[in-house]
Amino acid sequence: MELRSRVPGGPIERKWDTHRFEMKLVNPANKRKHTVIVVGSGLAGGAAAASMSELGYQVKCFCFQDSPRRAHSIAAQGGINAAKNYRNDGDSIYRLFYDTVKGGDFRSREANVYRLAQISVEIIDQCVAQGVPFAREYGGLLANRSFGGAQVSRTFYARGQTGQQLLLGCYQALEKEVARGGVTMFPRTEMLDLIVIEGRARGIVARDLVTGRVSTHLADAVVLGTGGYGNVFYLSTNAKGSNATAIWRAHKRGAAFANPCYTQIHPTCIPVSGEYQSKLTLMSESLRNDGRVWVPLRGGDRRPPGEVPEAERDYYLERRYPSFGNLVPRDVASRAAKSVCDEGRGVGPGGLGVYLDFADAIRRVGAGTIRERYGNLFEMYQRITDENPYEVPMRIFPAVHYTMGGLWVDYNLMSTIPGLHVIGEANFSDHGANRLGASALMQGLADGYFIVPSTISDYLASAHPTPVDPSHPECRRVEAEVAERTRRLLAIRGKRTVDSFHRELGSIMWDKCGMARNAAGLNEALRRIPELREEFWRNLNVPGSDAELNQALEKAGRVADFLELGELICRDALHREESCGGHFREEYQTEDGEARRDDARFGYVAAWEYTGDLAAPRLGKEPLEFEYVHLAQRSYK
Amino acid sequence: MNLTLHVWRQAGPDAPGRMVRYEAADISPDMSFLEMLDVVNERLMQTGDSPIAFDHDCREGICGSCSLMINGVAHGPNPGTATCQLHMRSFADGDEIHIEPWRARAFPVVRDLVVDRAALDRIIAAGGFVSAATGSAPDGNATLIPKDTVDTAMDAAQCIGCGACVAACPNGSASLFTAAKITHLGLLPQGQPERLQRARRMVERMDIEGFGGCTLYGECQEACPKMISIDTITRMNRDFLRASMTPVRAAVAESD
Amino acid sequence: MNRALALWHSSIGKHAVMAVTGVIMVLYLITHVVANLLIFQGPSGINAYSRFLHGTGGALWIARLVLLVAVVLHIMAAVQLTNRRRAARPVGYAAGRQPQVSTLASRTIRWGGALILVFLIYHILHFTLGTVHASFVEGDPYHNVATGFRNPLVVVFYEIAMAAVGLHLYHGIWSSGRTLGVSTPSPRPLRRQLALALGVLVWLGFAVIPLAVFAGMVPA
Repeated sequence: MELRSRVPGGPIERKWDTHRFEMKLVNPANKRKHTVIVVGSGLAGGAAAASMSELGYQVKCFCFQDSPRRAHSIAAQGGINAAKNYRNDGDSIYRLFYDTVKGGDFRSREANVYRLAQISVEIIDQCVAQGVPFAREYGGLLANRSFGGAQVSRTFYARGQTGQQLLLGCYQALEKEVARGGVTMFPRTEMLDLIVIEGRARGIVARDLVTGRVSTHLADAVVLGTGGYGNVFYLSTNAKGSNATAIWRAHKRGAAFANPCYTQIHPTCIPVSGEYQSKLTLMSESLRNDGRVWVPLRGGDRRPPGEVPEAERDYYLERRYPSFGNLVPRDVASRAAKSVCDEGRGVGPGGLGVYLDFADAIRRVGAGTIRERYGNLFEMYQRITDENPYEVPMRIFPAVHYTMGGLWVDYNLMSTIPGLHVIGEANFSDHGANRLGASALMQGLADGYFIVPSTISDYLASAHPTPVDPSHPECRRVEAEVAERTRRLLAIRGKRTVDSFHRELGSIMWDKCGMARNAAGLNEALRRIPELREEFWRNLNVPGSDAELNQALEKAGRVADFLELGELICRDALHREESCGGHFREEYQTEDGEARRDDARFGYVAAWEYTGDLAAPRLGKEPLEFEYVHLAQRSYK
Repeated sequence: MNLTLHVWRQAGPDAPGRMVRYEAADISPDMSFLEMLDVVNERLMQTGDSPIAFDHDCREGICGSCSLMINGVAHGPNPGTATCQLHMRSFADGDEIHIEPWRARAFPVVRDLVVDRAALDRIIAAGGFVSAATGSAPDGNATLIPKDTVDTAMDAAQCIGCGACVAACPNGSASLFTAAKITHLGLLPQGQPERLQRARRMVERMDIEGFGGCTLYGECQEACPKMISIDTITRMNRDFLRASMTPVRAAVAESD
Repeated sequence: MNRALALWHSSIGKHAVMAVTGVIMVLYLITHVVANLLIFQGPSGINAYSRFLHGTGGALWIARLVLLVAVVLHIMAAVQLTNRRRAARPVGYAAGRQPQVSTLASRTIRWGGALILVFLIYHILHFTLGTVHASFVEGDPYHNVATGFRNPLVVVFYEIAMAAVGLHLYHGIWSSGRTLGVSTPSPRPLRRQLALALGVLVWLGFAVIPLAVFAGMVPA
């Protein structure tokens, strides 16, 4: 496997321009002769499908939800970054680039990140033109706020529902193209495998979730925008349906999987309340702009928060990181919460929580202003916990939120399978080992609106794909494999439900490969996950048939893939003997408990190749060079 | 808590359905309504029964997947709350709970509590967008928009497309859904060029899909998890009537 | 013409027709109730008004024609919208749909309308054509009213119908402003109170007469 990043030469600020000029174009009249499959209809997939259709390609777009508008991008709350420098506070494309590389703990590709920062500016314009109701100042200009880890105000937002508004803009553009005939939408249809013919991605095999019919869809190129794999942890802030099946199937067909162990644990989520917990709810990071994080100074202090005097509170983020305080990046904030809870100073049931207190902010600016800023989040908190955050501090705890790893892609966002492009959270690019707040929306839309619609022409114009017949033996073979897999899942008729396996996998992953990892724990996970997988295929109980809407069967297929992916995540975490960003190895930390990177040994992208044996994936390395951002230990002190 | 559920079970779109009684024992008041159904489903599967199918995804009240009629009220008893954010503490021990799918001709039942809401997508496809192809946009600050205008637009734009308005409407009307989009885009300067055409096309589509008309009962606004106001319907009516009275230029007519 | 037809075919168009025809009928009802109250001035007032109306020649017939067209369109639209409503939800809720906020007036708009139609037919036979009136005298409305409410069943029927008119007006007036898109959004919607006041006044104005006659306050 060759990992050619295809980063163009020249100075970094000219690379994307140069590349766009050098890429081959498809003649406008020929575009309609090309069919492109887009899997996923979130910010990345939806934007790509709409934009490629606008260019003239025939697009087939697939999503497992009942409507493309339900993709999980919709749940993003806080905002989207863009280097507009509307605030005149010293922001620039270069600074956004710099912050993102540094925030990612120097594990991302400089050229990709620079391009992301460049495009960020166009994204805002595009979204405004679509009618996205971004917050505005009284003068009618776009409003901004500062967001976790950034010292400038570059985050654009629409109340606490930025992801929703951006996705609806994108969904509306998609529906416009559906009406025009450029996009054919396949809702409630799940990709279950990838068709690779003569080394090129030529289509997918998908199951109609309502009728159970399995069918082959062919195209000249395939784009995956299927999101992240955080649900491998069972409990995460992801939607219940979010899954890794599309990228995992592609991986098993030859696409390299990069940096699977980089998972982001978001510091501000509502703590678990019981065994039945089905998902975790994020409270936007923007809350840290006004909320102060603290725990009691003494362990085992069971007094209600209001009765703990100021002197007996430990505002540990402000204490440990005086210059960034409560606004340290997500990985740092999460680990700090874990360490105070490990010391026995956590609050709430099970001691797994810390306070996020708005009392000072309410005193300073008034409850009305706080309500205006966070009203919907406070309401959501109260609905879930039955506690009023205007009166008692919120309790928060970190939860799995985002996965920086994903399928390896080159500068064109093409995977190691020619013709297979991967965009948004599904790929590994741009965020390195840690993603900054408000950057996921930016990346999804950059990939979908601007990058893949350009780079796909280069592929199509140089590869000259010839038509494939659906009766091609490879299509028949993959289709048969998918049917066989479904049949096997239904034939087990064992004793345990899918959720019970998923929960167990999740608890292994969270305990051994969560916020802090060590070799002993990872080795244990690597022993237990294959055992669990073996039991899964022996003792699973999926009721019903494959010829109907069968939600247990859908889940079973996804969990089967998580059981394989989980092992790769642990293997990657074990091999990476350093701490960086979302990957914290207890053996590799500084004396005061901060992450210690090892640039000499691990300054590369780890791209894993499937060899047919889950226990022995092949490691490929793409070295990372930093020409512009000075390699340094991150410090938020 | 111990509860008695009566749940609509229907094996497929054309199969007959009926209400089936289940006992839900040992339910924690801190569970969400959907977590309660998860527990019931786990138990059903352990006894070899088929689990109750229901739509859900984000479980934080924003994706609009969940869609349950609970005791005859869309999304259950709490105003401004989607089913996924409804918690069992809103019920009392020993309660009987009737759970049904949204009912409308335009929302055919797929299975159990799952309905097909593609009609709402088709209403959006009919005109619920601003035609701004990627790449063509001017600077985001090129057009000033008063804060009040954008805030009002945002109130309407919050619609999550769950269909509760249709389910709760005595007429089975999708007016609130359609009006929310017409209002969102019709208030913003970016939405002006297509404003009348949008209203006309979306309303026509709404009628074609077989939704009922609006008698302004106000039930939709109460059922809406985002509490979108029926003021949007007034705006839709105005835009639609204006569109019906405004001559359509031949060019636009041809592009229809 | 195509556009008018398209408007009529749309659900909002039909509601708009109901709103416009409704407004015409409300305006008529207001003059009707004011004129009716002339009954309390004795025979001279109301009979003079009646002579005035009949003396206008064609105008009365034009007004009657306009009202007839309004009634017919109002009913046609109502029937078609009701059919749409039925078709829109072929399978209902087993547990019943529990109304949360809708007013009694809005929920009774259809049955109330049907009742008003039955009443309207009776009312025309009663006081315009006199066919169901025991001692009808052409051109003497005072006499006809004063002798028209001796049967308690007739009084009860009139009172029920007037209550229905009041409710119908309350929801009809309020919703027509919104249907026609003329109501501007406001945190304190005045139109609800306006509609309520009009509904109550019209109801009381009409309802008082049969009771007064029955109680012997309008001597024959």
